[in-house]
This record gives sequence, structure tokens and C-alpha cells, in this order.
Amino acid sequence: MSKRVISLMMVVMLVGMMLAGCASKPEPAAEPAPAAEPAAAEPAAEPAAEPAAEPAAEPKSELVMGMITDTGGLGDQSFNDSAWLGLEEAEKQFGIKRQVLESQSADDYSPNLVSFAEEKTDIIYGVGFLFVEAMKAAADQFPDQKFAIVDSSGLEKPNVAEIVFAENEGSFLVGVIAGLKTETNKIGFIGGMKFPLIEKFEYGFRAGVKAVNPDAEVIVNYADSFDDAAKGKEIALVQHQAGADIIFHAAGGVGAGLIEAAKEEKFWAIGVDQDQSHMAPENVLCSMIKRVDVGVLSVAKSVVDGNFQGGTLLFDSKNNGVGYSDKAGNLTDDLKAAADKYLEAIKAGTFVVPATEAEFNAFEAPSL
Amino acid sequence: MVVFIALLASALRLATPLIFSALGGVFTERSGITNIALEGMMIMGAFFAILVTEFTNMPWLGVLAAMVAGILTSMILAVLSIHLKGNQVVVGTAINLFATSITAFLLELVWKRSGQTDSVERALTTNPFHFLENIPLIGKLFSGMTPFVYLAFVAVAVSYYVLYKTPFGLRIRAVGEHPRAADTVGINVYKIRYICVGISGMMAGISGASMSLGTISLFREGMTSGKGFIALAAMIFGKWHPVGAMFASLFFGFCEALQIQASTLGFDFVPSEFLQMLPYVATIIVLSGFIGRAVAPKAVGTAYEKGHR
Repeated sequence: MSKRVISLMMVVMLVGMMLAGCASKPEPAAEPAPAAEPAAAEPAAEPAAEPAAEPAAEPKSELVMGMITDTGGLGDQSFNDSAWLGLEEAEKQFGIKRQVLESQSADDYSPNLVSFAEEKTDIIYGVGFLFVEAMKAAADQFPDQKFAIVDSSGLEKPNVAEIVFAENEGSFLVGVIAGLKTETNKIGFIGGMKFPLIEKFEYGFRAGVKAVNPDAEVIVNYADSFDDAAKGKEIALVQHQAGADIIFHAAGGVGAGLIEAAKEEKFWAIGVDQDQSHMAPENVLCSMIKRVDVGVLSVAKSVVDGNFQGGTLLFDSKNNGVGYSDKAGNLTDDLKAAADKYLEAIKAGTFVVPATEAEFNAFEAPSL
Repeated sequence: MVVFIALLASALRLATPLIFSALGGVFTERSGITNIALEGMMIMGAFFAILVTEFTNMPWLGVLAAMVAGILTSMILAVLSIHLKGNQVVVGTAINLFATSITAFLLELVWKRSGQTDSVERALTTNPFHFLENIPLIGKLFSGMTPFVYLAFVAVAVSYYVLYKTPFGLRIRAVGEHPRAADTVGINVYKIRYICVGISGMMAGISGASMSLGTISLFREGMTSGKGFIALAAMIFGKWHPVGAMFASLFFGFCEALQIQASTLGFDFVPSEFLQMLPYVATIIVLSGFIGRAVAPKAVGTAYEKGHR
């Protein structure tokens, strides 16, 4: 008898703790921004804009925007976080309410989409190209529901906005920086998994290196994972041993291993998606930036303004969707000037940055 | 030569967490308990190693915390599967889910964000025996060795000694093969099984610490990336023997290192997926009996009920 009681208690405890672990984020209560509190929280930000934004926000605060992360989840310091930041900005600017569901595995995508759709959320963001199949089904099942997907194109549904980025352009810029900075003429690239999205990073980067330093060799490795940080470190050490003094990654959590290796062996790492210099200010040279937040915010704005449209929305260097950043201040003025020169040329359409192997092989470095 | 040493160093580092966890698996399975929960115990170890190091700035205290966290987690498995006779696979799976969630939850509680912790100031990522680096030719091999690498081999030796050279080890094996017979000669089956599950928790905890504290000096959700299950495969490949498990882990580590080095060594014509799958193919071959026979302890997976016929 007592065994039964004990077993029951243990099961209750286990389940309880599991639920506690899975609980969604404690929402910052989506304050509708009256009162003194929020004003005190961010007076320095834009005091001038606030009074103007507030009245406009009031009537629209009914809108609810849902976001579903991919398996990386919030806190990936990469595109899930960046998308969430976009919704935070939308919350500030338009007074919408934001909600998030984190996917523990790929099997959660569909149920999460459906549960938001059944709650009549005003728009549902699926963050990551892995959502594509689930999104396709959900968009058919709920034709009146507005959806948005990050990093995927080609669905062509009237109710799905597809936010895509020109990663190759951002990678090109950090490639230019790496090509000029390297002393060993060897540069490393670590990809997550070899598929077209990550190849855009690889070939954009290699083209950037080639444009300024045709003699430099780029060592390419794929980790076949987005979260095996130990393997990332191992790859970085191997590339460093082979002579690479700057290594760029497009591999999510694997990059934590690269940055740790850079810290230990004193070489340069280049971050991805967001500014990653805070992880090792002295060893992160710069970061390739992909402004998922800008994309998410711009779709949010279209929903607020009532002119939401399905189809592909491209964010590239022209609309500041991609670029590079250097919060730690490791770039010299020369390097910045060189990168900016290429940035302007890309914006002006002087040349096209390759995104695939074929385009890379055909790529002729422009003389600027 | 340089490349070869780098390859060997890589393999050793990648194999280290596998060796610890596989040894843990050997102990539990030898005593008759299936241990699917290695992964969960590793996650707990990895997290608590960083947590304690962050606040005390003493990495070895972090390792101790990882061991304690591993043991406590393993006790859930012990109580549920030994005393309450729950299905060991189901309990193990539950522990894995539980460990993933509770660490994510605590991470957010302590660091006020999710995903990953800050990196700790003092970790155990460097070689503790600097004099070894002065050995000609192979000195370079030691420069990247963490204390965990040395510890792993010590653990193998100790495990072998305990399992095969002590009365206690004989009891463990007896309990795993034929618990009723062991019981009739006065061995406390439950006690032996509790101790073995505890040992596996300790080993898996160190294994987790070797990944967080010994490799990337921070904790990240999902950082164990299935290594607990790979260790389980290594244990089977090593035929439930500590030394076998060690060689299997080294082989798995070597395959992964080979995959990383493929382009440097100049055989990138071999698809990396092939090298990746090699360890598992080997495990299947061993299991199917082509190379020697791998026989699991007879009583593994079944709960022992005293006085029941």
C-alpha cells in the first residue's frame, strides 16, 4: 500500500517538475503602456516619440501576435532570439500582445501552429525554414489565418508572408574583412548542415575572401549538427592547427565551441546572425548580422496597418536586412572602410554576390 | 606526424565523455538494470558543474557537484525501477525529458535568460600536467588534454578492477545474471543494484562535466546532443566490459575525429556521412554476432521481486 502511495507521489512530482520546466515564459505582462512604470523603464530610448505612439497604440492593442520557435528555442542568441526581439519592438511601437510557443522537437511544429490558429491569433510566425511543411498544411487548413515564416520561400500562399534574407551578402562583407585581416592566408568556415541555406553563408563568405585576397585558402567543414558545441570546438582546433587564424561559423550552437576555442588558442572568430562579441570580446573579430527582428517587425507593421500580403519579402543589404557589426571595436578603420565600400557596391547593384557553388565558381571579383 | 597527433588528440577528447558514460552503463547493466537515462544524468552533471563553478569559482567543486547531481538523478531511476518495479525504459525516458526541462528552467531562473549560460572564468579545459608537453615527438599530444581525459582512463582501470577482481564485483555480475541465485546465497540484490545505479549516475555526471566544464566552459541547452545514447551503443559494442567499452568509445571518437580531419588528410572523397555512420554499423554488426558474440547480462531489464517464483 505504502509503495503505491510513494510511487504516486513520485509520479506527481516528476510530472509537476516537467510541467514547470516546460512552462512558457513569464510574459512581461504586455503592459499597455499607460502609467509611470513603462515610461520610467525607457525614458532614454525615445522620449519624443512616445507621446505620439501612445494614443495610436491604444485602439490596436487588441492584436495578438504569436511566435513559434524552432527546436533551438528562445535563448539561442541567434535567430529565434532575434525574431522575439522584433516582436518586442512591435509591442513597444504598436502595443500588440506577443506570445511564444517553444518547439521541443520537429513534431511540435504542427500542433503549435494549430493551437495558435484555433486561438485566432492575428498572425503566427514560424521561425526557421524547417517549418515549411507544417506551415503549408496549416495555411491550407486555416485559409483566413495570417502566417509568416522566416528563412523560407516558395510556398506562395496568399496567407503566408515569407521572410527571407540575403545571407550571402552579409557573409560576403565579413569575408572581405577576414580576407584582409588574415596573416596566414588561411581562413576557416564551419557550417551547421550542408543544405542551400547554409551554403549561402559559405559561398558568400568565400566570395568575399576571394574578392580581396585571391591567394587565401578557405578551409570548409560541416558539423552535421546545430547544437554539438564540443564538435564545433574540435573542428575549430583542427582548422586552427591547419593554419587558419580567422574562422567564421554559420552553425548555431556549434559556434559556442568555436568561440571557446578562439578564446583558448587566441585566434579570431566571426559570429553569426547577431553580434556575438559579448561571448569573447577579445576574440570575436566581428559578426555577420541577419536582422530577423527587422523582418518580423515589418510584417507586424503590415498587420497593424491592415495591408498584410502573402508572398516573399526579401531582406538584403539595401533594406538593412543583413550586414556586419562590431560592438567590441576590434575592426580597424581600414577594414571597416573596405567592407563599407563593398556594401555600397552591393547596394548599388554593381555586382551580384554568389549564393551557390555554381555561382561561386563563375564569380569574378569586381575591381572597386 | 603532426596531423596524426592532432587526429589522436581529437579522438581522445571526443571519446572522453563517452568513456565515462559507457562505464556508468556497464555498471548498471551488469547489475541487471537497463540505463536509458545516461543522457539525462549527463545533462544534470553538465549543468550543475557550471552552476557551482560560477558561484564558487572552484571548478573541482563543480565536478563534485556534477557527481552529486548525477547520483541524485540516478536515484530516481533506482527507486522507480528497483523498488517500485517500474518499466526501466519508460522511467529512463522520463528522466531524460525531466533533466532537459529542469535544467532549462533553472538556467532561466539563475541566469535570467534561456539557451546558454555565461562562460565560467575558471574551467578545466587545459592540460594539468605541463611537463608531459616536453616529451619529444608526442609532447604535442598532451597540450590539449583536459584533466578529464586522464581521469577517464583511471576510471576504466578502477572499474575493471572493481568488477573483476573484487568480491563486490563478483556480486554485481551475479546479480545481473541470476538475481534469485544471488539472493539465496545471501547477497542483497536491491542494495547492489542501488549502488550500481548510483555509480552510473556519478560517472554520467562527470561525463556531463567533461563536456561543459572541460570543453566549452559553459552550459547550453541540448549540448549533450545524444552522447548518452552513443555511450550506450559503445557499451554494447564493448560487450558490457569496461575495457571493451573504452575501446569502443575510442573507436567512436576516432571516427568523429577522422570525419573532421578528412579534408586535411586528403580523403574528402569519402562522404562524411559514411564516416559518421561507421560506429553504428559496427555496433549492429557486433550485435548480430558476426564478430564474436555480444551477450547482455541475463537479468537486464527485469525487476527483481524477492520471494517471488
